[in-house]
Amino acid sequence: MAEEIKLTQQDRMAVCWRHQFLQGSWNYERMQNGGWCYAMIPAIKRLYSTKEEQAAALKRHLEFYNTHPYVSAPIIGVTLALEEERANGAPVEDTAIQGVKVGMMGPLAGVGDPVFWFTVRPILGALGASMAMGGSIIGPILFFVLWNIIRMAFLWYTQEFGYKVGSEIAKDLSGGLLGKVTEIASILGMFIIGALVQRWVSITFTPVVSTVAQSEGAYIDWSALPAGTEGIKSAFELYASLGAAGLNVDKVTTLQDNLNQLIPGLAAVLLTLLCCRLLKKNISPIAIILALFAVGIVGRLLGFM
Amino acid sequence: MGGISIILVILVAFLAGMEGILDEFQFHQPLVACTLIGIVTGHPTEGIILGGSLQMIALGWANVGAAVAPDAALASVASAIIMVKGLGDGSADVTTAISTSIALAVPLSVAGLFLTMLCRTIAIPMVHFMDAAAEKGNFRGVEIWQLLAIGLQGIRIAIPAAMLCMIPAEAVTTMLNAMPAWLSGGMAVGGGMVAAVGYAMVINMMATAEVWPFFVLGFVLACIGDLTLIALGAIGIALALIYIGLKDLAKQGGGSGGGSGDPLGDILNDY
Repeated sequence: MAEEIKLTQQDRMAVCWRHQFLQGSWNYERMQNGGWCYAMIPAIKRLYSTKEEQAAALKRHLEFYNTHPYVSAPIIGVTLALEEERANGAPVEDTAIQGVKVGMMGPLAGVGDPVFWFTVRPILGALGASMAMGGSIIGPILFFVLWNIIRMAFLWYTQEFGYKVGSEIAKDLSGGLLGKVTEIASILGMFIIGALVQRWVSITFTPVVSTVAQSEGAYIDWSALPAGTEGIKSAFELYASLGAAGLNVDKVTTLQDNLNQLIPGLAAVLLTLLCCRLLKKNISPIAIILALFAVGIVGRLLGFM
Repeated sequence: MGGISIILVILVAFLAGMEGILDEFQFHQPLVACTLIGIVTGHPTEGIILGGSLQMIALGWANVGAAVAPDAALASVASAIIMVKGLGDGSADVTTAISTSIALAVPLSVAGLFLTMLCRTIAIPMVHFMDAAAEKGNFRGVEIWQLLAIGLQGIRIAIPAAMLCMIPAEAVTTMLNAMPAWLSGGMAVGGGMVAAVGYAMVINMMATAEVWPFFVLGFVLACIGDLTLIALGAIGIALALIYIGLKDLAKQGGGSGGGSGDPLGDILNDY
């Protein structure tokens, strides 16, 4: 009996490593096809020995391919399993392999995009950025390290999962686990975005709405304080009970204070929702960003921001 | 900028350019690219701060399918170089330098977008060469063209970066110092608002009627200053799991309740 050709773990690791270059030759004609073929090469070398078989394998792996670059890992795992079966004599047609690729790339991209690009990366990015804005290098390091650990673990383990499960995977795809993962990602993503809108979109309206002279006892009368350290001590005691409003005889209320009484961040969320509307109407995000800068400059000029 | 700095900047730019298409290690993200440029030019803290600020704006920039998002690679690298030039001999105000760089990052991302579309078009004949190599079973051929394509994406950013490095620092510092207060102040104000666009992009991708309540929850809970982002994340995950869990229970409950779907009515009917 002929010895069964098997892909070694080293072969699969080589494929996994090369798979990180999947999008390298992204082109408008067949999209990720070049990178896919590049990743498959170690496997093709192991499984096929004649020039004709190798050429045929290279050609069929240069077919159209486009999906999210990380969820492509289980797809390549399954493909490895199918190619291995074929190399060992099983009647696996070219069309079957391409069919599995095409069948998986759509639904999986529907999971990969929201989970990685719109949940994990914004969350890690916001986490790192909030630390970075204070000048701490922990921010960028945290982002880089956490992201790459998650990504590489995902790439390897899902590729292995695809390889072990082989063509059976097509049954797991519909509904079930994948659907749940997408849902959880959406919920978490929306929650975090809500928090980020409150914390990181800053709009402050500077105009003063009212200046009211406060009643006696509601403010610190600086001229009536005892001299020296006794005066400092009683000033602090008064401040502790009156708060910041007690520092001046006039209580100044700005427009922002009024808005904050309703809910802090009100203007920020309204602005974000406005941007959602504008984007849905196909207004380019670049145009909106430039418009916001213009509004900022005008606001500063006219004194309302 | 010293010679070694320029070489390192070009190297970082090359990495960022490659990652702009590969999207794996994230060297093109502002947090990483701006920090690296800051480190190799001797302005680490400013680089980190710029990176953090730009990252907030770029949170929603992602390539989905064939649609290409604004380019983070050129935006990060170019704005960081300009900022470093502006800080140059220390005469320009740091905040102005940073907020101007943020403002510049936006048009730069459009330029970067244009450049990546160019590369993706040039990649078509490259892939045809790969086809020719595949016909002959030539592995090396396929590999070489793949690496060349990746290299092209790298120089897409490395060349503009090198050009920017050639601009004399004095020119940038003079320009920054000459900016009137209302302009630099206004841009700082604008910079604070711009993150809203990135968030709006993410929301449009994810929002369904079902998940909007969670947005509200996240927003309101964030008003509590004591809750760190990680604490909020934990709350978010907990809410998501609880909600999904309850949905599952509801589905199962509906299945076993069978008939009328009105459990109380069923119990009463049994009497």
